[in-house]
Amino acid sequence: MRVEIRIGGFGGQGIIRTGLILATASCVFGDKNAIQSASYGPESRGGRCKSEVIISDEDIDFPKVEQPDILVIMSQEAYVGYVDDLKENGILLVDPDLVPNQRKDLKAKIYEVPAAKIAEGLGKKIVANVVMIGAFAAITNLFDVGQMKESIKRNVPKAFLELNLTAFEKGYEHGKNIITVKAS
Amino acid sequence: MVSQREVLTGKHLMQGDVACAEGAIAAGCKFFAGYPITPATEIAERMARRMIEVNGMFVQMEDELASMAAIIGASWAGAKAMTATSGPGFSLMQENIGLAVMTETPCVVVNVMRGAPSTGQPTEGAQQDVMQSKWGSHGDYSIIALAPASVQEMFDLTIECFNLAETYRAPTFLLADGFTGHLWERVVIPSPEEIKIVERKKPVVSPDKYMPFKPDEDLVPPMACFGEGYCVHVTGLTHDELGYPKTTDPKVQHKLVNRLCEKMRKNANRIVRTYESMLEDAEVAVIAYGIPSRASLNAVKKARESGIKAGLLRLVTVWPFPEKQIEELATRVNAIVVPEMNCGQIVREVERVAKETPVHLLSKIGGELHSPSEIFEAIRRAAGI
Repeated sequence: MRVEIRIGGFGGQGIIRTGLILATASCVFGDKNAIQSASYGPESRGGRCKSEVIISDEDIDFPKVEQPDILVIMSQEAYVGYVDDLKENGILLVDPDLVPNQRKDLKAKIYEVPAAKIAEGLGKKIVANVVMIGAFAAITNLFDVGQMKESIKRNVPKAFLELNLTAFEKGYEHGKNIITVKAS
Repeated sequence: MVSQREVLTGKHLMQGDVACAEGAIAAGCKFFAGYPITPATEIAERMARRMIEVNGMFVQMEDELASMAAIIGASWAGAKAMTATSGPGFSLMQENIGLAVMTETPCVVVNVMRGAPSTGQPTEGAQQDVMQSKWGSHGDYSIIALAPASVQEMFDLTIECFNLAETYRAPTFLLADGFTGHLWERVVIPSPEEIKIVERKKPVVSPDKYMPFKPDEDLVPPMACFGEGYCVHVTGLTHDELGYPKTTDPKVQHKLVNRLCEKMRKNANRIVRTYESMLEDAEVAVIAYGIPSRASLNAVKKARESGIKAGLLRLVTVWPFPEKQIEELATRVNAIVVPEMNCGQIVREVERVAKETPVHLLSKIGGELHSPSEIFEAIRRAAGI
């Protein structure tokens, strides 16, 4: 099993850190192989930014994402840039408030996660990425929740650990709710 | 005693550049001099933080000429020393790389290759400095260069670079690329006891009998460093076995320079490392090194699935060139495909060695990696299908 994930947004949202959290959960705390590569412009904030993660039970030979199975989108620009690359009937996690204009004809399993709004509710917009990770974990079932929390612990500053774990829980809850609604 | 801080035993998600720095520390590197440059800066950053933790020294130099000079000095003072750079800095180092060759100074130079010539493409990976690493400084000489294809190998091969540099007393290059340098991947760091470390050969004779540049049978002279009680004169001028300049005696030049070349040729069997996949019955062989070897492996598997007998020879050692392995391989395959992230460099060496066997270059520049399907297509064409 090889799963290709692309996370797109703008610099400053923690897009690269999101990729690293997913990869750490899989290959340091889990027993899968994982690889993360990123591309971003020279500006540290504001420019388009993407992070790619491959998770596999086997050795990962080609280290680049060719056609993502899962796309996580947190900006309109990233949506426009990457949505066509998504595998047919792949999974799209998108923040509807950050991506107001979405295509109607997209052949994908679409999950809307208002991560920025949920994060604002927690008092810190900056943890929107971790809310998204929570939803991602609930929706995809690719990760063990305990391993994901360990990974968050490894990847965020100590002072903000509680906040990030709460953000993860909120996102996870939201993800579970979406699945329940979709199933019913 | 090796402190725990020197070897970060365990499982990590690590960036390639950082893994290289950790490999250096695990190998016993105690001196790093460098000047930051994309995409190698993270090596210097990591070393700046880590050297102080392991009682080593980090110096940010004024440029790459000085960086190279500093590691030569540090090595003669007895330290394992390294610098890291990318194309533009590597060009500036060439003169002093020649000095390291001539003075037989063990040292490691990491080149995280980026798009070139000149300042080129700072953030894009490439393999355009392969020939420069062999011939970049003036004169005839030989060096060792290894090409990592994963973050784990950024760790493992950096250690191996140190071991080879210490064994053969020559500047040894880690020829990485910007993609691998910035890639994050799992690295498993073994416990210190499991890591093989080589130290330079020391003189076994008393100081009055010691000749600093008199080689043993392996063509490598034992090395006494400054402050160890031996008389040592170190110069870039052509020198005799005592180390003193003899610049007009043809015999001295002949003996010294031939030995510097012969040192690697004679020991090639011990130095060269290659990996074979699915080559037993292969009709088309892909020969790759560094990051393109990963897409190559994928492409070879695809070819096998579609009934083409393809295999992969991965060169871990690029210099000295694995001539024997390729010569032998060329006699049993019908065609060879060489994917490289340059306009064709190692392919010339492959052609030279493969003789009659057709060799197809698959060149790629610009920063993108070869895709598995591109290499698969090249295999298919080479197979005549």
